[in-house]
Amino acid sequence: MSDTHAQTVAFVRETQIPPSAPPVTEAGVIKWVRENLFSGVFNTVLTLIAFYVVARFAVFVFPWFYNGVWEAASRKECIDILREAGKQTGACFAVLVDRWDHLVFGFKYPPDGYWRILVSFLLLVVAVAPALFANLPRKMLFFTALYPFLAFWLIWGGSLWLPVAILGLIIATMLVFRLISSQISVDIRKIVSAVIGVICGAGLAYLLYIGAQELVFIANSVGTEGLISGIAYGVFWIMAIFAFVFCVPMGIFVGYAIYNSYEDGGLVSIVASLLFGYLAFVYLLGPIWMALNAVIPIELQAVASRDMGGFMLNMLLGTICVSLSIPLGILLALGRQSPMPLIKGVCVVFIEFIRGVPLITLLFVANVMLAYFLPPSSNFDLILRVIIMITMFSAAYIAEVIRGGLAALPKGQYEAADSLGLDYGQATRLIILPQALKISIPGIVNVAVGLFKDTTLVSIISMFDLVGMIRGPIQNSTEWTSVYWEVYGFGALLFFVVCYSISQYSQWLERQLNTSHH
Amino acid sequence: MAQTSQMTVSDEVAIEITNMNKWYGTFHVLRDIDLTVQRGERIVICGPSGSGKSTLIRCINALEEHQKGKIVVDGTVLSSDLKNIDKIRSEVGMCFQHFNLFPHLSILENCTLAPIWVRKTPKKEAEEIAMHYLEKVKIPEQADKYPGQLSGGQQQRVAIARSLCMQPRIMLFDEPTSALDPEMIKEVLDTMIELAEEGMTMLCVTHEMGFARQVANRVIFMDAGQIVEQNEPEEFFNNPKSERTQLFLSQILGH
Repeated sequence: MSDTHAQTVAFVRETQIPPSAPPVTEAGVIKWVRENLFSGVFNTVLTLIAFYVVARFAVFVFPWFYNGVWEAASRKECIDILREAGKQTGACFAVLVDRWDHLVFGFKYPPDGYWRILVSFLLLVVAVAPALFANLPRKMLFFTALYPFLAFWLIWGGSLWLPVAILGLIIATMLVFRLISSQISVDIRKIVSAVIGVICGAGLAYLLYIGAQELVFIANSVGTEGLISGIAYGVFWIMAIFAFVFCVPMGIFVGYAIYNSYEDGGLVSIVASLLFGYLAFVYLLGPIWMALNAVIPIELQAVASRDMGGFMLNMLLGTICVSLSIPLGILLALGRQSPMPLIKGVCVVFIEFIRGVPLITLLFVANVMLAYFLPPSSNFDLILRVIIMITMFSAAYIAEVIRGGLAALPKGQYEAADSLGLDYGQATRLIILPQALKISIPGIVNVAVGLFKDTTLVSIISMFDLVGMIRGPIQNSTEWTSVYWEVYGFGALLFFVVCYSISQYSQWLERQLNTSHH
Repeated sequence: MAQTSQMTVSDEVAIEITNMNKWYGTFHVLRDIDLTVQRGERIVICGPSGSGKSTLIRCINALEEHQKGKIVVDGTVLSSDLKNIDKIRSEVGMCFQHFNLFPHLSILENCTLAPIWVRKTPKKEAEEIAMHYLEKVKIPEQADKYPGQLSGGQQQRVAIARSLCMQPRIMLFDEPTSALDPEMIKEVLDTMIELAEEGMTMLCVTHEMGFARQVANRVIFMDAGQIVEQNEPEEFFNNPKSERTQLFLSQILGH
């Protein structure tokens, strides 16, 4: 070895070795089987056991499936049919046929309105498409923006003018924002800021004053008997005194902050447009849509929220809550990173509180407890309450996922954006979020899939979603008692199809966004 | 203060730093820094690691906040006012050790982003400017690729082009070649030399002493947060005055 090596230190290759085919055992099916199924004694044993289990399962399930009865009026009829045919096992899929409408639409939705659900589902596909696939024309996003109002009208029915009026007021609020933030001159904005500042400052001071009086009232009604009551009495009085002392300074502080923003228009335009929006919704919304409806009545049969049910309810809650909780989660994640202690504190408390409470608890609060806190006359829609709770719940989780994405970004990205002169909003929107969200996709999808499945929890607060339908009206009916595998299997299949599609989409999106090597 | 007599240096002051101090917590990073940079001047800052040289140039575009003293860039006083900071940042270009290109944007988008959003340049015009500077750093053919597909030297040249697209009056370089292979250092230095010859005001933290000799008007040596010595390059390298400088130079030029 050393001899030959010594002689051939100087070596120049003169001919190329031509490539040749690998040995048969190193390619194709044989290689795969050898490497993956029979690569050693242990793996061979495992493979054989696995084959056995799969085979036994198939032998058991296949006849059950194959012999399935699709047409029968009750479980008893199913069994009779199977017995007549001399078959030992067989599924009773007739329950799916018989109760198809209930499983999909719930048992109270008017049957002649089923087309409305179908149409809004088909339109949902159209509306979601441009948000999911970047190569579709951007103009389709216009329809996406209109879709929620259209779907609201189709599903809940009532007058078309209600969603139209809501849309109109939202646009008007945005116009007010544009007007104050960029259209009017600084001098006029100074006057507007002063007016808005005075209104908001006085309003806040008044609210705090009322709150302080309320606290005094609570303290006095608690009384001082016993230790705990005594402590509570003291705490409420301290809070009341705090509110009394600070109501005027807080009002002045907030009012001045609003006035002080007249130059760049940030705070004053936000506050003014919110104020306008609030007043418009309280005082203008009702008269506007009723007046429009009186002139040109366009109405569908109204359906109450209580009458929504079936898989449609799961889809409804899932779609709305996912699409609301992602933007809310982004805001919370950014807020948690804010250098401003108030904003950061609010976000941290919100996230930690919501994550520390089970969703079921929140749903019970939505269903029962909120009624105690709200004025007796107020009619706060049940589905809306549930949507708010589920959205808050998943937004807290999504916020933490996105925070992970933000933390994973190198500090250099922030510095590069800063050094080019981009402001906070531009840097966040153009540089930070696109990268942080890309990192967070698997986590966000995880939360979204979990959320979609969690929508079945509403069955606990006596809403008849897919699971609620099965547990309640179907299994309690005399025809279909003790039918389990067929209905729950069907429910599992529906959820699997949706969740698996979401996960496949997210993997496709990750591949699309991978720019490191093409 | 040593005034250079070269033609490209005007009497106009580009950056004026007086009595600037900075602390990280209780650690005193920069101590009584006084520095005046004329327009068109090329300054190389060197010194041992931890001497505060990067922090100094990062203070100039407010990536780091200084706690005491005054920095005036292009006639604008650097204060905590966000408007002044954004104005200064759009006038001052910066290149980083690790390039810090935006990996989710193509090379062209990296270069057009700031002009479009900060300067409100129309997209078409911004792309023309970007292609102009990409040609200048000799990689126009890479415009549609992504940063991850380029070599380190190419990425740093893109980073230079990205800064130039904002048409800055001052360029800051924070160790632009220290993350690069020796073969790639030259292509980046060539780009910087070309920029210097066009009269750009440059502050450059680097250990490339050949570069310092060739283009700098002035070399500044920092240690322990202070400016220890500054002089014209010939004098600085051949005849260093302070002991600390002599030690530093003997260590980096010793082999």
